Amino acid sequence: MLKTFSLGGVHPAENKLSAGKKIEVLPIPAQVSIPIAQHIGAPSAPVVNKGDSVKVGQLIAKSSGFVSANIHSPVSGTVFRIDNVLDASGYKRQAIIIKVDGDEWDGSIDRSPELKKEITLSPEDIIKKVGEAGLVGLGGATFPTHVKLSVPPGKKAEVLIINGVECEPYLTSDHQLMMEKGDEIMVGTQILMKALKVDKAIIGIENNKPDAIEHMSKLAAQYEGITVQSLKVQYPQGGEKQLIDACIGRQVPSGKLPIEVGAVVQNVGTTYAVYEAVQKNKPLFERVVTVTGKSVKNPGNFLARIGTPISNLIDAAGGIPEDAGKIIGGGPMMGKALASTDIPVTKGSSGILIMPDEMSKRKETQPCIRCSKCVSVCPMGLSPYLLMTVAEKAMWDRAEEEDVMDCIECGSCSYTCPSNRPLLDYIRLAKGTVGQIIRSRNK
Amino acid sequence: MNVVLITIITLSALGALAAVILYFVAQKFKVYEDPRIDQVEEVLPAANCGGCGYPGCRAFAEAMVNSDDISNLYCPVGGAEVMSLAAKIVGKEAAASAPQVAVIRCNGSCDNRPRTNTYDGAENCTIAATLYGGETGCSYGCLGLGECVDACDFDAMYMDEKTGLPVVIEENCVACGACVEACPKDIIELRNIGPKSRRIYVSCVNKDRGGPARKACSVACIGCGKCEQVCAFDAITIKDNLAYIDYDKCKLCRKCVEVCPTDAIHEINFPARKPKPAAKKPATGAASAEKKPVVETKAAATKTEAASKPENKEKPTAPKAEKKDTPAKEADQKKPAEKKTPAKEEQSAKKSDLSDAKDKPEEK
Repeated sequence: MLKTFSLGGVHPAENKLSAGKKIEVLPIPAQVSIPIAQHIGAPSAPVVNKGDSVKVGQLIAKSSGFVSANIHSPVSGTVFRIDNVLDASGYKRQAIIIKVDGDEWDGSIDRSPELKKEITLSPEDIIKKVGEAGLVGLGGATFPTHVKLSVPPGKKAEVLIINGVECEPYLTSDHQLMMEKGDEIMVGTQILMKALKVDKAIIGIENNKPDAIEHMSKLAAQYEGITVQSLKVQYPQGGEKQLIDACIGRQVPSGKLPIEVGAVVQNVGTTYAVYEAVQKNKPLFERVVTVTGKSVKNPGNFLARIGTPISNLIDAAGGIPEDAGKIIGGGPMMGKALASTDIPVTKGSSGILIMPDEMSKRKETQPCIRCSKCVSVCPMGLSPYLLMTVAEKAMWDRAEEEDVMDCIECGSCSYTCPSNRPLLDYIRLAKGTVGQIIRSRNK
Repeated sequence: MNVVLITIITLSALGALAAVILYFVAQKFKVYEDPRIDQVEEVLPAANCGGCGYPGCRAFAEAMVNSDDISNLYCPVGGAEVMSLAAKIVGKEAAASAPQVAVIRCNGSCDNRPRTNTYDGAENCTIAATLYGGETGCSYGCLGLGECVDACDFDAMYMDEKTGLPVVIEENCVACGACVEACPKDIIELRNIGPKSRRIYVSCVNKDRGGPARKACSVACIGCGKCEQVCAFDAITIKDNLAYIDYDKCKLCRKCVEVCPTDAIHEINFPARKPKPAAKKPATGAASAEKKPVVETKAAATKTEAASKPENKEKPTAPKAEKKDTPAKEADQKKPAEKKTPAKEEQSAKKSDLSDAKDKPEEK
């Protein structure tokens, strides 16, 4: 029997419309706006001023703490201004706006296409390099990669898990990346293994991508210590804790990090970016974005520079269809509807999903019928119906007792609820409030 | 017969015995409680709203009795009257605090603030606020999902269906601050009711620069600073492209209202403008030539109204007439004020005149 995680989960219609579509390089836009907060942690501090000319790959905003990341210019041109711009958070936040002029790359970046297998850097230097390149988790959570690679004292990493699950319906960017850049991902895995001082790596791929499993297995045979694990299709297998459970059968304790069970998880996109940063000296300034949707003319995978307005991506995929109801940043389960098409692509943008109007509408909320479906699908073993109720009644201490902070916001509960209750909305509210209470208590 | 008698005697004896035992037990385990706590609780409004910062009136009464200094204790519902009564019971000095009322600092109605998208998530302002800035280009203003109304225990708020904004019913508002706390956008503020219930405030919390703010909402404060310049009492400060009027310093001269190019400054419960300000206009109007005509027409309108004032008691029709002159949005804004006024009976004679007359035309 195929492996999967042990608790809960759902299997929504996969709808991988853009599977097998070659990664297209998106033309560079005339102007990019790069939000300085693209990652979890402290926003970066801009190091360029209005009027400065920048090259592709030049540092434009510096990491402002340990949990923070550098940001590099994705284009060459001049800094037009630093202003507040609407980004995927739904709010106007500070961004560096650059007017594009040509495509001049920083001289230190190796643009040659050949594979560079030999790893010369020491583990410490790898982590430093990854930090300098501004790498963050490209699966969507955007946690700075160098922090994940810095194993805290007293802990030891035993296994590296590469996340090629892509459990979100519709999205195919990781799938396509594995098909086209398999070798680079393998070398990236080796680099990460060296940095973490582990000799074992597992690449987890769901079995709805048989071509990727075959391709990666073939490549993995050439590299020492890397195995490919085929997994049963089950959402949210791409969640860090679920993937660890599925691959090595260990459960991360509540409130703890994966390193507690000796595992470190990295997305395939991140692994590819690690390869580029370490072997090619190329910082993170572009990523693969899936543009998809039932009525999108030409769904596909695009290599877009960070800061490109999503309208450019949508145009490349055939424009906004007439019946469009919502434009979602990310997948249909965890993604968020965007308020404008001027919102720029950031390091965390894995996909743009355009939902037809009738599909995107929320159905009317009905009373809870106590069917407990939400409880049975919750991959964290929580009771979503109860969390929603206590959140509605502002019983924050009760919410904390019910482990609301363990929620990974996968949305399986809302997806499965026959009464269309906005379970996750309220759980997020409780999570936010309880998080604040905990932080103020610890001060 | 005998059985009945024995039963009565036995039960009575048992009852008496139990009473004696209970009496001694009660004496033994008696907990002394200051009788003044009960007395103070008696005079408190028993609203248990938490507006004082204590969980209910009982806890507040305990705090009144037990703390030496009660200057930081204040019951917003009871106001100065209840506070002085309660202070008399505990024999301490009560804090003098001006009565306050909740004020909605957003005028982004559907007309003023064009929608750019539609929200269909959970009907809860805090949830919407964590998701994004709102259905319009302004990410500071009211989300219109009515969490403040839900928080109000005094039926002092409702959502105006036309504007999509909450409205405070002044006579019901006790300034407990529940709505202020509930609002995730910090739009609602408690402000002093002011003399004769008159207030002036900036009905906007948008911190964007002028251009984007104006684009998102036609009545946004653009931080132009005209009000700050014209204010003779240093009551207005501009911070982050947003004007704020300090109600302690404001002398209600209304000059700021006149110069505001976006009508973001609102005046509440003012009678018609007297002819006097018309003479002053050129001086203040000089700041903006564009603004001048508007001000003058306003003044002219009030002037004609004012002329009829002394002759009959209909003088308060003036504000109504003025409302007709002002743009629709301003009229909308003034509705709550209209609703507020009638019940405030303890207000000055002039005030009650005003409200009487206001009722009249409505009856007609």
